[in-house]
Amino acid sequence: MERMSFDLAQTPLRELNSFLHRDAPVKGVQKVVVTNPDGAHNIAVGLDCPVDVEVHGHAGYYAGGMNKTGTVTIFGSAGTGVAENMMSGRVHVKGFASNGAGASMHGGLLVIDGDAGLRCGISLKGGDIVVGGSVGSFSAFMAQAGRMVICGDAGDALGDSLYEAVLYVRGSIKSLGADARIEPMGEADLATVKELLDAAGMQHNPKDFKRVASARSLYHWNADADQEY
Amino acid sequence: MSSNDHPKTIAKEASFGYDRKTIDYIRNAAAHGLYEIRGMGAKRALPNFDDLVFLGASLSRYPLEGYREKCSTKTVLGTRFATKPIELDIPITIAGMSFGSLSANVKEALGRAATEVGTSTTTGDGGMTQEERQSSKTLVYQCLPSRYGFNPDDVRRADAIEMVIGQGAKPGGGGMLLGQKVSPRVAAMRTLPAGIDQRSACRHPDWTGPDDLAIKIQELRELTDWEKPIYVKVGATRTFNDVKLAVHSGADVVVVDGMQGGTAATQTCFIEHVGIPTLAALRQAVDALEDLDMKGKVQLIVSGGIRSGPDVAKALAMGADAVSIGQGVLIALGCNHDSYYQNGAHHDASADYAVLGTAPGYCHHCHTGKCPVGITTQDAVLEQRLTPEIGALHLKNYLKTLNMELTTIARACGKQNVHHLEREDLVALTVEAAAMARLPLAGTAWVPGSAGY
Repeated sequence: MERMSFDLAQTPLRELNSFLHRDAPVKGVQKVVVTNPDGAHNIAVGLDCPVDVEVHGHAGYYAGGMNKTGTVTIFGSAGTGVAENMMSGRVHVKGFASNGAGASMHGGLLVIDGDAGLRCGISLKGGDIVVGGSVGSFSAFMAQAGRMVICGDAGDALGDSLYEAVLYVRGSIKSLGADARIEPMGEADLATVKELLDAAGMQHNPKDFKRVASARSLYHWNADADQEY
Repeated sequence: MSSNDHPKTIAKEASFGYDRKTIDYIRNAAAHGLYEIRGMGAKRALPNFDDLVFLGASLSRYPLEGYREKCSTKTVLGTRFATKPIELDIPITIAGMSFGSLSANVKEALGRAATEVGTSTTTGDGGMTQEERQSSKTLVYQCLPSRYGFNPDDVRRADAIEMVIGQGAKPGGGGMLLGQKVSPRVAAMRTLPAGIDQRSACRHPDWTGPDDLAIKIQELRELTDWEKPIYVKVGATRTFNDVKLAVHSGADVVVVDGMQGGTAATQTCFIEHVGIPTLAALRQAVDALEDLDMKGKVQLIVSGGIRSGPDVAKALAMGADAVSIGQGVLIALGCNHDSYYQNGAHHDASADYAVLGTAPGYCHHCHTGKCPVGITTQDAVLEQRLTPEIGALHLKNYLKTLNMELTTIARACGKQNVHHLEREDLVALTVEAAAMARLPLAGTAWVPGSAGY
């Protein structure tokens, strides 16, 4: 059995997820096609094998959440928290993504062809996010590690309270968050942006991107600083 | 005019509002420009379980033989949706405390003791360690706003999942771990640079509000194929509403942590001035479940200042299904003791307390990482002051004692099962406790606030 189809208009979500958890790893299933998702939440959460899941339509919250080694492609838009806490593998949203896309991701690659909403890459702990369009406010809030490439614009407070994650933005940045600063692009940065754009299948000139990283001034309590961040 | 016209005064009048504690506070604020951070829970006097007493059996009720007749303490949690509920031998569980705030030795000791007495232990803000998973038969895995170290493999190997909204010591606040405790291992587990002052987020990154939470809980259920119980933990504030919303969101178990609940580090102003006492919160939580006709369907765990067997018995009688203990557990391990036991001998720790500016019995310096008895530390030398074997032995004794006291009281009230203890078995000793717990003042039928007076 190399290929399976699930019509969510006919089959409960639990059967799909249960199949992906229990049967897909042992039966050598390579591709699972999901039709009529109709915005269902929690499609293909907790993948733990290198299966390729195609979702034809719009997904609700947490599509591909906590993915490990799987590939999820959404031919439509995704709701809140797509690929949240992904450990490895790949999630690709062909349309737009709502709030908290890639929240607390630890690894893997999240590609969003369109725009992403608020808090994209919040609490990022590793892995890479490439957004073809723009991201909303508070994106990369408290992002700890990993990389984000934003081909469009960024909203308010980009990278607020950043730790070691690095952000690359091609368009305008409405405002930077506390402790985030624009830094010069080095050779390694240009190579990184090129590598991530290639991985996402997007074509831009890496030289058009700005690097945003942490000034690291919030890493320690400082009594002399006004605590107004 | 003789000197007798000016009698020597023998009393000095201290200000009530500007007492020595307040003067210290203002001087410290002026010196440092930064609020005080400390560990443990609220220190102020609050109405608590000591303000309630049981009405033991007599002529109108029939007691059980204290030593001979069976009194069940079995406790089942997570019967609403989970296909594999948690079954415990006693209704006393170990509260969530992080590796990072506690040493790896302590986490192992908690797991060993909990396993021996048949109860559960809980991870904390910082992920699951091998030590605690291996030593704990039943391990509850917390999902916190920070998501430090959160990993689907650990979700799958947990026995239950606890969605943490807040904690009694600091409802509305996130975790905190000062740089001296962010050791290389702790830092790696949390994906942070070692040595930074870590301040966790207070809101979850991928959901906002109870309607989102319902979907988030469904995600965890789908991920675990609906096997594992899902707890929702709230710090006690608007508990009546919060418990209703947790039930609405699909919780199997609601955990309510009152303001006496501890922490390893937070602002003192938070610990002492935000949240409501456990006694008041417990009654609100039970009212919420009864209002929804969910009593017994959604289980209730209460925590925050549960210290003794009588505390457990009173919590159960008021309507909790189980309790959770943090600070009492640490004290059983040796927290605030004047000595520690290492290499077969007791060693005086007073000097180490003095260096912290405190003394045994007063210490709340968990945040410094310099715990004189080796509990709340990541220091390679200090952590050796508590071995898992000795810690587990003391903790097992403590939990056994609590359970024996619990069954002693239950039998005296004529119950064959500690879960049969009921509100009708309790009265209050103070007007405040009577009002908060909505129990009659002892010897009267007066429940303050009921029937219009």
